[in-house]
Amino acid sequence: MSIATTNILVVGIGGQGVMTATEILAEAAIALGHDVKKTEVAGMAQRGGVVSSHLRFGPKVLSPQITPGTAHVLLGFEAAEAMRWRHMLVPDGIALMNTAQLTPPVVDLGLYDYPEDPVGSMKDSGCRVVAFDAMAIAKELGDIRLGNTVMLGAVADHLPFSADILLNCILQRFARKGEKVVEQNRKAFAAGQAAVSASAAAPALA
Amino acid sequence: MARFTNTRNESGGDNMAVIAPMPAQSRLLMSGNEAVARAVWEAGVKVAAAYPGTPATEMLEVISTYPDLYAEWSVNEKVSLEVAVGAAYAGSRSFCCMKHVGMNVASDALMTLTLTGVAGGLVIAIADDVGLSSSQNEQDSRTWGRFAHLPILEPADSQEAYEMTKLGYELSERFQVPVILRMTTRICHVKALVTVGERQEHVGAGFKKEPARWVMTPSGAARRIPLMFEREAALQAESEVSPLNVIEAGSDRRLGFITSGPAYMHVKEAFPDAPVLKLGFSYPVPVEKCRELAAQCDQVVLVEEVEPLLETELKAQGLALLGKEILPRIGELAPPVLKAAIAKLRGEPVPATTAVAPMQVFPRPPTMCVACPHLGVYYTLSQVKNITIAGDIGCYTLGAGHPWNALDTCISMGASMGVALGLDKGRSESDKDKRILAVIGDSTFLHMGMQGLLDIVYNKGNVTVLLLDNRAVGMTGGQNNPGNGFDIHGEEAPRVDFVKLVEALGVKPERVHKVNPYELPTLFKTIREEVKTEGPSVIVTDQPCVLTQAYHKTKPYLVEEDKCTGCGNCVEVGCPAIHVTRRDKVVKPNGREVDLNFVRIETAACTGCGLCVQPCAPDAIVHADTVVPINILKKH
Repeated sequence: MSIATTNILVVGIGGQGVMTATEILAEAAIALGHDVKKTEVAGMAQRGGVVSSHLRFGPKVLSPQITPGTAHVLLGFEAAEAMRWRHMLVPDGIALMNTAQLTPPVVDLGLYDYPEDPVGSMKDSGCRVVAFDAMAIAKELGDIRLGNTVMLGAVADHLPFSADILLNCILQRFARKGEKVVEQNRKAFAAGQAAVSASAAAPALA
Repeated sequence: MARFTNTRNESGGDNMAVIAPMPAQSRLLMSGNEAVARAVWEAGVKVAAAYPGTPATEMLEVISTYPDLYAEWSVNEKVSLEVAVGAAYAGSRSFCCMKHVGMNVASDALMTLTLTGVAGGLVIAIADDVGLSSSQNEQDSRTWGRFAHLPILEPADSQEAYEMTKLGYELSERFQVPVILRMTTRICHVKALVTVGERQEHVGAGFKKEPARWVMTPSGAARRIPLMFEREAALQAESEVSPLNVIEAGSDRRLGFITSGPAYMHVKEAFPDAPVLKLGFSYPVPVEKCRELAAQCDQVVLVEEVEPLLETELKAQGLALLGKEILPRIGELAPPVLKAAIAKLRGEPVPATTAVAPMQVFPRPPTMCVACPHLGVYYTLSQVKNITIAGDIGCYTLGAGHPWNALDTCISMGASMGVALGLDKGRSESDKDKRILAVIGDSTFLHMGMQGLLDIVYNKGNVTVLLLDNRAVGMTGGQNNPGNGFDIHGEEAPRVDFVKLVEALGVKPERVHKVNPYELPTLFKTIREEVKTEGPSVIVTDQPCVLTQAYHKTKPYLVEEDKCTGCGNCVEVGCPAIHVTRRDKVVKPNGREVDLNFVRIETAACTGCGLCVQPCAPDAIVHADTVVPINILKKH
């Protein structure tokens, strides 16, 4: 591994499953023998507020927080939320973002505008961006709840370990729900991987 | 391999069933809260009590899943501490936890508990919300150590939270003193690997009659005060030799750091080569050990979050060090904050950040859930004129936000009652005709609101109380409480009858109303009539929190686009399932320009509460009769 500590920032809004996705990523890092710290401020977040979940892993992790300019990967579950946390990325970092847009009441009330072109703004900011519609992919596979696995598939080839380790952690979680659910998640994971590899360059972390 | 037993159900469950603990030597991914819970069980604790509060809630939730102990949700933090105190007087090990502001409520007991001390070990975990993620202030609970002359342990991660909890019981019994475990959000809610151990059975001695110790009359208390100071001196000596207070040598001795709690991790990350004195047992402060560090370094910087407590104390002891002169006093610290401050101190250029400037994005404040019963209440309140609303602490504090803007004060648990009475009695010429309301939730009312209502009744206040009974402690994840008839394990428990309760406090039966908050005309009429009538009244709303099992979804709604006139009335309800698809302006015959907001309902999110249907002028909101394709995350 070329760097001591890997920083992955998973962002979205309360209720999207951001914390669970980060927990599965943490499991994968633990399975490889890494030290791991995962943190988020979860207080009022479950009321539709902003959620940012920080995952740091490596030989020894001290401070749990990812600070601006130090995230290697930004996994955005919602388009504007990816923008909100863009500044956390290292200069050559990569943002993997769902193009889904969730407008909060303050936008519907006309107090604020939703950004015109989140993907374009991200690209203009100078980071590597891979955008995909995770929810459309999940729907195509027949179950909107597969969206989280699609997101994890999307990040799978941008981790400093093999995608299979992450996939195994996901499938273990669903093992008790039966073979059909496991297969669905396997497909969702592969679809997420494919969505990203279609447009992505080299892995973020070699 | 990490496992997920004895962890909090993240979906926020009502029922914390007892499950088998993971075996000793397991290496588990645990939050600080989960680590404390494990340690409490391993320490053989018999009684654990708490009132929910972020970021402390999961400690007791997880404890309740362990066998061999008694766990309870208490009605407030003071009662929870008193329950733990009673168990400790009886010689059993006991545990109590709370968020920082909870100790303000419990401190009446704490300040005399320090005189009696304990027989069985007592650890009190206080969780500070540094950075105010979910609280009304940022007070520093380490202050209680100095105020109450009690030892303070400060973990820096989950493993330490686990170990210090167990050590806390040894310390507590050795010195017969309650021990404060000071947590912060970045301990409580950070998950890290913890190696767990075996449970040790603890056998209590039973309660021994000893009035000179347990009965604090003025003369009895006066005899205990010198003993408290003797104990403090002994604890001071202990802290000097404690393995929790260690100097970690460093090769770069230009600068040494004294630090405690999560700040230690930031120091180690920012200055890996500097000598560091880590204070895990931070009160009484090991002054000699601090001098020892100072002797090794050219200069000492004290790194602590929030208040300069260690700093003030060590400076008073004559140590030359820097602290809050160069570090922020507000919010969380982080490695870049420390690096910048030290570079400035050394006259070096501040390390350049590689981060781009943050992008401008709309705020996304927490808001009420789709179909929340409070939506009906706040929509109605936003339509009532000439009122002042004293608010309280809970989900319904969100009523202060858009679009309702229907909450005028909020300071502490139960305060809506007293503040409303004060607003009534303290009115001046400019607000002499204002009607005063108080809004309070079921659990907050039982926590600290009942006494305030009694005060309103007794002192003949003109206040209309809206008691929002959603049968859960909503904001912290839907915990059970005496208002919903279930205990911490989800077992049936006696349920408070709010109507009878407020009548017993003296509210006249004809002034107590139970209203369905989804029936807007009834709610509006009841509120309007009650605020017009002299004397106290109570309106109880009776529909459950949508996040609990008691809530039942019904058929969702959709907007018939061709019928929507853009009146925007439904948007004013504030339900997050309603989205504006198009805006326009029209000029009315009288020349007035009116904004139009055409809407859609996110049918997959809608649970059919029907609130938005009622103010819809053109009856454009109808049941989604056919199965609509799920499009919860539909792109606009």
